[in-house]
Amino acid sequence: MRSRKIRHATIAAIATGIVLAGCASDPASNEVQTAEGTSPGEGVEGCEDLTQFGDLTGTEVSVYTSIIAPEDAAHKASYEKFTECTGAEVAYEGSNQFETQLIVRVRGGNAPDIAYVPQPGLLGTLVDTGSVVPAPEPTADNVDEWWGEDWKGYGTVDDTFYAAPLGANVKSFVWYSPKMFQENGWEVPETWDDMVALSEDIAASGTKPWCVGIESGEGTGWVLTDWLEDALLRDAGPDVYDQWVEHEIPFDDPQVVESLDRVGDIVKNPDFVNGGHGDVNSIATTTFQDGGLPILKGDCAMHRQASFYAAQWPEGTDISEDGKIFAFYLPTTNEDNGRPVLGGGEFTVAFDDRPEVQAFQTYLSSDVWANEKAEATPDGGWVSANTGLDVELLNNPIDRLSAETFQDPEAVFRFDGSDQMPSAVGAGSFWKEMTSWVTGDDSEAVLANIEDSWPN
Amino acid sequence: MTTPEKLIQMVIAIALFVGVMAAILLLTARLKSRNGERVQAVAFVGPALFLVAVGLLYPALKTAYQSFFGANGDNFVGFDNYVDIFTNSSLLTVLRNTMLWVLLVPTLSTFIGLVYAVLVDRSRFEKLAKALVFLPMAISLVGASIIWKFVYEYKGTENEQIGLLNGVLKALGFETYNFLFYAPWNTLFLIVILIWIQAGFAMTILSASIKAIPDDIVEAASLDGVSGLKMFFFITVPSIRPSLIVVLTTISIGTLKVFDIVQTSTGGRFDTSVLAYEYYFQYFVSLNQGLAAALAVVIFALVTPIIIYNVRQMRRLEAR
Repeated sequence: MRSRKIRHATIAAIATGIVLAGCASDPASNEVQTAEGTSPGEGVEGCEDLTQFGDLTGTEVSVYTSIIAPEDAAHKASYEKFTECTGAEVAYEGSNQFETQLIVRVRGGNAPDIAYVPQPGLLGTLVDTGSVVPAPEPTADNVDEWWGEDWKGYGTVDDTFYAAPLGANVKSFVWYSPKMFQENGWEVPETWDDMVALSEDIAASGTKPWCVGIESGEGTGWVLTDWLEDALLRDAGPDVYDQWVEHEIPFDDPQVVESLDRVGDIVKNPDFVNGGHGDVNSIATTTFQDGGLPILKGDCAMHRQASFYAAQWPEGTDISEDGKIFAFYLPTTNEDNGRPVLGGGEFTVAFDDRPEVQAFQTYLSSDVWANEKAEATPDGGWVSANTGLDVELLNNPIDRLSAETFQDPEAVFRFDGSDQMPSAVGAGSFWKEMTSWVTGDDSEAVLANIEDSWPN
Repeated sequence: MTTPEKLIQMVIAIALFVGVMAAILLLTARLKSRNGERVQAVAFVGPALFLVAVGLLYPALKTAYQSFFGANGDNFVGFDNYVDIFTNSSLLTVLRNTMLWVLLVPTLSTFIGLVYAVLVDRSRFEKLAKALVFLPMAISLVGASIIWKFVYEYKGTENEQIGLLNGVLKALGFETYNFLFYAPWNTLFLIVILIWIQAGFAMTILSASIKAIPDDIVEAASLDGVSGLKMFFFITVPSIRPSLIVVLTTISIGTLKVFDIVQTSTGGRFDTSVLAYEYYFQYFVSLNQGLAAALAVVIFALVTPIIIYNVRQMRRLEAR
């Protein structure tokens, strides 16, 4: 009798396992997936895009990003509207090992629903794994409406549109202290040569003019790739820059060597760096977050870093034209190439096409989210190239400057080059070699090493 | 995957396990003969062997196979990846660092653990003293690395110090030092982190062995006029030799796999990379499958003899 009971239980248990193992999800498409029921956002202002997905109450979307504290708080706050519109919750996870961990997770079959990928090059790598889902129709419509063709192109691989742009940043900024400049009678430089002359003046006055920090865990070195890209864009112009990014000219082309040496004249000059941190080598062990902070104490005068560095200044810092901290445009080296702007941004990549995931993609690509995010970031440090973003909502003069730059049709905008290269270079050898370069290796050798590492 | 889904999966997995085991029991319960016992043994060992084959053997063979192919795993390159490991200067640095780790961590951890165990043995505050050294064992490697990263934090001498060691150096009037930057010394500073963790493990095991030394041996030795260092070298160490070897080999195996410390504190920069980290970097960052697989095979080849030795020593210990 007893053994019969066990037998029944056994058969039941095995059968359940077999049935459940058969419930794998189907391959995804860009068709809109909807849930049953009436959306909680029906009739609520700003939810018009999302009601088509139905009632998503009780579902959850997992998001994996490289955005960590303190910048993540505003992101989480900006999702409240989404939950109000659809009923779905958002589970946020940020990591500073994001670039490598994402590949680890995708290859291991443990992909998040959505990842904010800051590199079009990484998007290509992910699409090759076959686990990325094309963006649904409503998301694509939003991108057509609010962004330019070039931005849509960064999120497209082999004519399939996958990833809508999210936030954006301007990289061609030099942070400084207007108060400090006024007290010392220093002028914001108009050309690169003026900037070097100013650096010499500041060095002569006993302050190290520049502070740089490139330590970022596994991403150590990325800060210097931006320096090189900015210099190349100014020296050789956007066309040569594009050829270099596409690998139509060798990575170690003489023009690139020249630009890297130009950067080296500043960041490898012991008289110019590393204000408030130590010697030239301390550049490699100073975190990018700490990099520019000595400006607050007057231990350093200039810090070249993207607009998102606004979030690193302590709360309540007066960031304005005559305030404690502000930024100027990294000056040009060659009149003929106009005023190029280097920038970056994140893209939302989805690994699943459940209705709540598609709804979240659509929400993030809308003008509604861009404005929600702007309101959730009162201290600034965030902008988007979304033309539906109301510039008036940006409290921070730097962000306003960035947003206007993005919405200005005349600006020569170029996306961060290393972010568009294959991951093996853009998130691997380029970062690694730049770290070696700043701590002693010479320009030609490191560029040749990166050229050798380019995947065939 | 939401939490309820995960829980359901867990329940299914447990139910499956119970189901399979119950099925085996039912099917083999009827068998009473000597041959029946063999069938029973096979039935119980079978699933485990099957799982080992699928989870360990197959991946190991596949990795070995991949190591003869190029970055994408499609073109045959023969032994090129292995030649690379033993000729490329940056990979040679990786081998050198791994060697440093494997030589220093087990010996120093065991030495410190042993000396400490002997010193606090039967002292009044033994429990407290042991707890203090054992505490780091409870900290994850990543946590420990973050703690030590703050200890090693560098700022130029003229600036305000936030790193403990450099704060001390500055207070004593020395120049501050960039601990994690200058190779090969930075590797030694990373090695300190693992020793800090492993010494507690060594001390715990060895302390238990010392307590297990029969009292009559110790008494006999002291009647013969042996004491102090002589007692340590001629009585204590030989008596606990098997445990010493097990501790040494166990720490060695752990050290060959060291990854978290390097990843957290330097990201493998400044010539601090080790085999396990380099494998990860080549596979997931540089996307060079072939070289990564070859590195994994090298780690496997280095660990195997230690494991075999370790298992044999364990058997000896149990046989006593």
